[in-house]
Amino acid sequence: MPVDWLPGRLRAMLRTTPFHSRTAPLSKAQNWRRWSGYLTASSYELHHDREYWAIRSSAALIDVSPLYKYGIEGPDAERFLDRVVTREVTKCKLHQVLYTPWCDADGKVMDDGTLTRLTDDSFRLTSAEPNLRWLLDNALGMDVSIRDITDDLAALALQGPTARRILHQAADAVADDLGFFRHTTGEIGGVPVEITRTGYTGDLGYEIWTERGNAEALWDGIMEAGDAHLILPAGMLALDIARVEAGLVLIGVDYVPAHRAVIEDRKSSPFELGLGWTVKLDKKSFVGRDALIAEKERGPEWKLRGLEVSWDSLEALYGLVGLPPQLPSEGWRASVPVYSGNAQIGYATSGCWSPLLKKYIALAHLQSRYASAGTDLSMEVTVEHHRKKAKVRVVETPFFNPDRKRSTPEVAR
Amino acid sequence: MSVSRYDAIVIGGGHNGLVTAAYLARAGKKVLVLERRHVLGGAAVTEEINPGFKYSVCSYVVSLLRPEIIRDLELPKHGLRILPLESTFTPLPNGDYLARWADHDHTRREIYRHSPRDADAYDDFGKLMYQLAVAVKPILAMVPPDPTSMSPKDLMGFLKLGKHFRSLGHEQFHALYKLMTMSSADYLGEWFETEALKATMSASGIIGTFLGPRSPGTAYVLLHHYMGEIDGAMRAWGFAKGGTGSISEAIASAARSHGAEIQTGARVVQVTVKNGKATGIVLDDGREYTAPVVVSALDPKRTFLELVDEEYLPEDFVSDIERFKIRGSSGKVNLSLSELPDFTCKPGVNQLHRGAISISPSIDYLERAYDEAKYGSFSSRPYMDIIIPSMIDPGMAPPGKHVMSIFVQYAPSDLRGGWDETKREKFGDAVIDTLAQYTPNLPDAILHRQVLTPWDIDRDMGLTNGNIFHGELTLHQLFCMRPAVGYSDYTTPLRNYYQAGSGTHPAGGITGASGRLAALRILADAPR
Repeated sequence: MPVDWLPGRLRAMLRTTPFHSRTAPLSKAQNWRRWSGYLTASSYELHHDREYWAIRSSAALIDVSPLYKYGIEGPDAERFLDRVVTREVTKCKLHQVLYTPWCDADGKVMDDGTLTRLTDDSFRLTSAEPNLRWLLDNALGMDVSIRDITDDLAALALQGPTARRILHQAADAVADDLGFFRHTTGEIGGVPVEITRTGYTGDLGYEIWTERGNAEALWDGIMEAGDAHLILPAGMLALDIARVEAGLVLIGVDYVPAHRAVIEDRKSSPFELGLGWTVKLDKKSFVGRDALIAEKERGPEWKLRGLEVSWDSLEALYGLVGLPPQLPSEGWRASVPVYSGNAQIGYATSGCWSPLLKKYIALAHLQSRYASAGTDLSMEVTVEHHRKKAKVRVVETPFFNPDRKRSTPEVAR
Repeated sequence: MSVSRYDAIVIGGGHNGLVTAAYLARAGKKVLVLERRHVLGGAAVTEEINPGFKYSVCSYVVSLLRPEIIRDLELPKHGLRILPLESTFTPLPNGDYLARWADHDHTRREIYRHSPRDADAYDDFGKLMYQLAVAVKPILAMVPPDPTSMSPKDLMGFLKLGKHFRSLGHEQFHALYKLMTMSSADYLGEWFETEALKATMSASGIIGTFLGPRSPGTAYVLLHHYMGEIDGAMRAWGFAKGGTGSISEAIASAARSHGAEIQTGARVVQVTVKNGKATGIVLDDGREYTAPVVVSALDPKRTFLELVDEEYLPEDFVSDIERFKIRGSSGKVNLSLSELPDFTCKPGVNQLHRGAISISPSIDYLERAYDEAKYGSFSSRPYMDIIIPSMIDPGMAPPGKHVMSIFVQYAPSDLRGGWDETKREKFGDAVIDTLAQYTPNLPDAILHRQVLTPWDIDRDMGLTNGNIFHGELTLHQLFCMRPAVGYSDYTTPLRNYYQAGSGTHPAGGITGASGRLAALRILADAPR
């Protein structure tokens, strides 16, 4: 479907996702942004409030088609992937999904994504940035085929507490007892789909994959089943808040992919990003192993942590200018200095007001010795044009971690 | 007869009683809460009276729940979720409507459609009211000082207050003066010409009071709405997921996490007194509990005239409490619906179903509704404030079905001839008949209906005369006058007996402020 309202130059540059015929008419705000060369909704409504609350209170439907997707098949597929990513692919069961980063030879993170085992020798890998060249380079001499299937597959994230009930109805109950980070197949809206219990919200949620040509039928099938469960299409602004609450890092915001970093200091290791749990040093060999062993021994220099801004401190700072605390209405993505006393010892990279927790929270890179939970630090805030320091406390992430994210109770109705 | 030892006993498990208990328990006190009903929350309850359909039986939105309480008691951790109410929709008899939204430009355009002049005035009005709310808000957070007392504490309180008012500019001071003295109709009349806008805004000034929009003193309550705006950034107002009962449940959970003990089905009939001090309570089953501190979170009439023998209270105080105005003026209708109401002026399902719906087409309409109540009848065409919780929270009704919460005014507690079941249902019929004029499909969509008059609210919830605020929110009953001169600081003439209900400053909906300030007072008085 042509995008009439875009100026010609942009029309040539940006592509629309397979769901555009459905998302465009729903976009009351006409608030779009670019995502990997695709046009995606920042929000559908004028404010993203309700879209955020759909994620946390009912269900949100998010078009995640722009994710890069690779089909990896062949007798050596398992061996190949085990060599590239930090987690143990040999232990990945059929229909299991792994969240994993992958590193360059220096043990610095290049990207992160989910890896799904579709059959014994066939996998699908998602990533935020293009990785085809890196994958191909590492496959030299192995019997494996790697295809960029980004444009072949349409993908939706269905996230929120009523997501299971919606799928129960839309997908004939195939996902009722689907476990956390597991995969299954089924039919929605008369078209074949794959369903994974994954997402970027830290809530109960699924991602649903289908052939590009089936996209509209899939969208309609879910929206129709979701109506009675208060489903709402949601954009990136709502997702941004949910993922900070979930403590999930965003490439290009919370870290710079190693192969894009122009200076060494911009690179991060998995340990520095709080992804140490994904690094399986027992594996015989994988890209970056030696460097990661060395780093583990000496301990990472940085740690990614959660920060909670003290309300009393904010109130006091704003009180000086006669205002109640002014809070960011959207999640922010910027580098903000973090101090211990007068010394800068880190920087926050994402932050938001959590409407659910009623707390101002941020994700920050901190020098390791300032990174233990409970440490009192301060973060720069701009109060009426003036730079001030608000008190913050280091906390563990996720900030919000409901049981329903992982649990699989029976479907009530 | 069992005797237990507690540091404090709280009578009444409504939201304020629970807040007091939670703060006391948090400070290390051993607290017992006694609630008469089988369910906690008082007027902030969710009940599944029709299976599958959850009603916020009485109070239905959370407007001014104090952010410091949310933080101190970590209520989000205990399940509190406040979902945004997006809009206010006023359907009109002429087939048009007026809507206001969260989005400023959207609202401006809508008001512009009715009156270009009002659209501009709305912005200026909003700014002034915001400034005034910022100025007045600290007053709500303070313990009212006694103006006749010469004690250093009270004098300091007034000094603080005076300094505060001096910081207001001329324009703000005059506006505040007007707000304190004028009727909401007159005050809004100085700003706006659109009837539906004036009426819908003035409605917030008459909710829960036995006054009409043309009664002097009603303008002040307009400010309360804008105080919610200040916390708006914090989103402390909206609809509580799970209904208002979930607020009570979250507070109760916080209280229990700090060790408080909460009993339901425990009706206190008397406060025991020895040597001029409250020493405990007696339940209707004869059980007695003792504690050095007894707190009543009931309304002033029940707190002083029912639970305590008159002989322990000074005569003038008793007559103050007897004169304390607590007429009930409102009722509640809760419906289970098979389909959504279809408004003639805005057909189909639309976003306005997710916000508040106000039946307040004009000032005349509201005043006429009041006129009937003034002379002892319920309004045949009442003012209504409606929400459809199932459009906001999927757990409130079975998928595809809905619940509707209708706040109705006026329903006088002293109805001529008294209330009975027949009159209650007639009142319910008047509500449905009125609504059917705007949404003709409603009567046939009703699967179940619950009608509450002040008579029912008094009997079932224990609010005297069914007054939702534990006493009318009129200027002569606010601040240092609430509930009686000299006892606005949560103490009572009876030593060791405290009051924590909405009949104390600052009152007004589910704020928890009274409960919190009472707890702070008790802790300040406690021997260390």
